[in-house]
Amino acid sequence: MKAVQSSCCPESAEGKSPCTCRAEGSSIPQEIRTTTSEITASNRFDHFLARWGWKREAHIVKPGLYRLGNPTPDSMVFASANYTLSFDALRSALHGTDAWILVLDTKGINVWCAAGKGTFGTDELVRMIECSNLAGIVRHRKIIVPQLGAPGISWPEVIRRSGFLVEYGPVRARDLPLYLKNHAATPEMRRVEFPLQDRLILIPIEIIAILLPMLVISILLYFISGPFSALAAVSAVLAGTVLFPALLPLIPTRDFSSKGFILGFIVAIPFAYLFSHNPDLPGWASLLAGFTPLLLMPAVTAYLALNFTGSTTYTSRTGVKKEIFRYVPVMVILAVLGVVTGILLGASRLAGVI
Amino acid sequence: MFNSYHETTLRYHPERCINCRRCIQVCPHGVFGEGSERVALLREPACMECGACALNCPVQAIDVQSGVGCAWAMISAAIRGKDMDSAECTCGGGSDSCCGGSPDETPCCTNE
Ligand code: SF4
Ligand code: SF4
Repeated sequence: MKAVQSSCCPESAEGKSPCTCRAEGSSIPQEIRTTTSEITASNRFDHFLARWGWKREAHIVKPGLYRLGNPTPDSMVFASANYTLSFDALRSALHGTDAWILVLDTKGINVWCAAGKGTFGTDELVRMIECSNLAGIVRHRKIIVPQLGAPGISWPEVIRRSGFLVEYGPVRARDLPLYLKNHAATPEMRRVEFPLQDRLILIPIEIIAILLPMLVISILLYFISGPFSALAAVSAVLAGTVLFPALLPLIPTRDFSSKGFILGFIVAIPFAYLFSHNPDLPGWASLLAGFTPLLLMPAVTAYLALNFTGSTTYTSRTGVKKEIFRYVPVMVILAVLGVVTGILLGASRLAGVI
Repeated sequence: MFNSYHETTLRYHPERCINCRRCIQVCPHGVFGEGSERVALLREPACMECGACALNCPVQAIDVQSGVGCAWAMISAAIRGKDMDSAECTCGGGSDSCCGGSPDETPCCTNE
């Protein structure tokens, strides 16, 4: 089969226009690429960079149909996203299987996220089935889609529009070998968990996201009120971005914000002790200095904790919205009080009162 | 107290169910379970409103207002004076947006 890259469905095609290759009367189907189930060192390096949020657009697989091994017209077809981590997890899990992999154009986003946005969706699946001329390549009419693609896919519509029956595979690609034995999933294979390892893996991106504002604020604090204040700022941020994901299920209460307040308060206690035991300060000023971290740090940590909802695998929009209305006002009040005490202390120092 | 996740927008109309069990297959949180003539709603509070069950039910026996439970997206929408419910996770927008995503597809929309 001759490779003709530009004949149809260019990768950059915006929108969901149906494939025009056959409408134009061309008989040349889209190129079929070849892949293996081997994960190379350079693949691993790419995964590492992806986790640190390095160049999102660099972790993209070309959409289209792929041959894994030596598939025949009777081999199974699997759908995937064009994000290297998703595609690589699938092909390595299929080690030793001859199969077709249909990579949808999800703009380099993983299956679940893309399904939520609709880019891993019915329209794109139907479009790729047409573009790849899948119906002419395989004899059967079944396509195995990862379960986490289901929020974007309506199987009744896919079968009506393309003739292909969607079978939902397990949540995790690594369960595929077991699943494929009799095409039945155990309840565990259908469940999404959020274990320690999955939470830790998100930490780099959480840190990178907040790094710049954290540095700016700690440097400012360093010059305004000294190294310990700068350290307090860094601690509050790290509590929200590192400790919080790591300890998530261990922190009491269900809501993310309340967990964040608790964690932030605990982290603030040593600073409160330190600031209130400054022998140079008069009594009222030590009291204020001790209260400042107890006001500011829980507010910062709780806000970061609340924002972690977007990275989890189980928060509903209804619940998160309730959290926002319940806790953001508390965060704002604490933060404002904390800033006011800080300013009072700073002004008193400037005025020579303390 | 300190649990905002009791209620969801999930609505199940058992009288329409034809027991095809697609909802059990697609739900990532085991919200539906098998029953003799129709599926049973077992763990409603665990629903994350992903919308998979409703979209894949062939007889519209399930309704849910699907959306992303991402505080950051909703707060940014509110700040910009937009409707919080239409807020979209930033994943997939610009080239340097989020979505860590493990090989096992952890969903996320980490801040930009
Ligand atoms: S919306 Fe998603 S989480 Fe909720 S019941 Fe349906 S499939 Fe399960
Ligand atoms: S998908 Fe709809 S019809 Fe099928 S079992 Fe679930 S509720 Fe019933």
